[in-house]
Amino acid sequence: MKIVVDFDKCKSNAVCMGVAPEVFEVRDDNFLYLLQEEPGEDLRPKMEEAVRMCPTGAISIVG
Amino acid sequence: MEHIAVVGASLAGLRAVETLRREGFGGRLTLVGGEPHLPYDRPPLSKELLAGSWQHEEIVLRKVPYDELDVELRLGVLAAALDVGERTLTLADGTGLAWDGLVIATGATPRALPGVPTLEGLFTLRTIDDCLALRERLDAGPRVCVIGAGFMGAEVAATCRGRGLDVTVLEALPQPMVRGVGARLGEVLADLHRDHGVDLRCGVTVETIEGDGRVEQVQLAGGATVACDVVLVAIGVTPCAGWLEGSGLTLDDGIVCDETLLAAPGVVAAGDVCRWPNPLFDGESMRIEHWTNAAEQGVAAAQRLLRSGDAPAFAPVPFVWSDQYDVKIQSAGRFSGDGHMEVVHGTLGERRFVALFERTGRLSGVLAFSQPRRLMQYRRMIAERATFADALAFAAENG
Repeated sequence: MKIVVDFDKCKSNAVCMGVAPEVFEVRDDNFLYLLQEEPGEDLRPKMEEAVRMCPTGAISIVG
Repeated sequence: MEHIAVVGASLAGLRAVETLRREGFGGRLTLVGGEPHLPYDRPPLSKELLAGSWQHEEIVLRKVPYDELDVELRLGVLAAALDVGERTLTLADGTGLAWDGLVIATGATPRALPGVPTLEGLFTLRTIDDCLALRERLDAGPRVCVIGAGFMGAEVAATCRGRGLDVTVLEALPQPMVRGVGARLGEVLADLHRDHGVDLRCGVTVETIEGDGRVEQVQLAGGATVACDVVLVAIGVTPCAGWLEGSGLTLDDGIVCDETLLAAPGVVAAGDVCRWPNPLFDGESMRIEHWTNAAEQGVAAAQRLLRSGDAPAFAPVPFVWSDQYDVKIQSAGRFSGDGHMEVVHGTLGERRFVALFERTGRLSGVLAFSQPRRLMQYRRMIAERATFADALAFAAENG
């Protein structure tokens, strides 16, 4: 499973960070950083929730 | 259950349909929507779509085919009546649908100004059709008057300024959103608009809108007028629950549900039309008109419908965002303008700060300007029922 963020769409609302801080981190520069690009399968439900709850639809899961 | 009907084909309704299939519901599924369009995302209607930088295809909510949801789409037809006892739904075209599970997510509709004639150039904004009609008018370079300085009015004002248009915003209260955020933060919002060239007039009362067939001016109490070519009325919304009169459901500014979102046996509600007691805030009765709630509640309502026995309460920390000019405004939790508020992390003057709100010793809410990381940290603390003292200590440690 690979996490892809469309940074043209991302508006740094940090909802994903609220769902899965181990994968998504919005820093004090207000940009989103991916801490793990290929998180383990145990994180799939959280990743799916992050996709659903992203206000700008910027996150997708490949594989 | 053999047939679940989902009424309302926007964010909450779509999330409910997706959740029902994901949770294994294998029966017949119908999605009814009053607009002719497939579900689309509404926040861009006051921003990117109105600005012209995005088009319709960029705000389609579901990017993958509907086939895999195996859902019967009934778009472009409003729901007209419901009988909870008989478990029937009647659509505006006369079609009847028998259901044994029902999700109601019919949303809300803009309030109109009373006593205003129908004029060309007079708009409300809720649907993509509203947006595209307004956008077409903006292309001609009109003078714009926005009535109401809530999130919708403020975002449209910011978008119009971005298009180089002259914008007047009329607000009845002494500051924008003062009931929600208080006078200090209301003044920050006012300054934000004035510094970007908006003629913001607070504490004014609109008497009527005048013109010979088309908008020419807004008449204020006291005799002042605002000359303009386009008026957007953005004075809030009313939940779309009128069609449920006599249905057997309890209505009180929305559909009254229990803490699990159940409105009656086999009936749940989600999104702007749903009123429920949130146990995280001592059972405060809430009806929330924002994106994240619609998304979360659509999921939760569908899960509730599939459970027969005990079900978990829906107990989120409400979250709202608004992008205006170069500022990202976000809030979480519950607060009001007359509550105890303290500013941490930054200052009001630089428009980058976090404001914490207290209720009965607890951290009840947070509002931030361009501090998304911090906001999410406090949203988590609200969910964990942190005390206000703990929140201030966290702020001091992480200054």
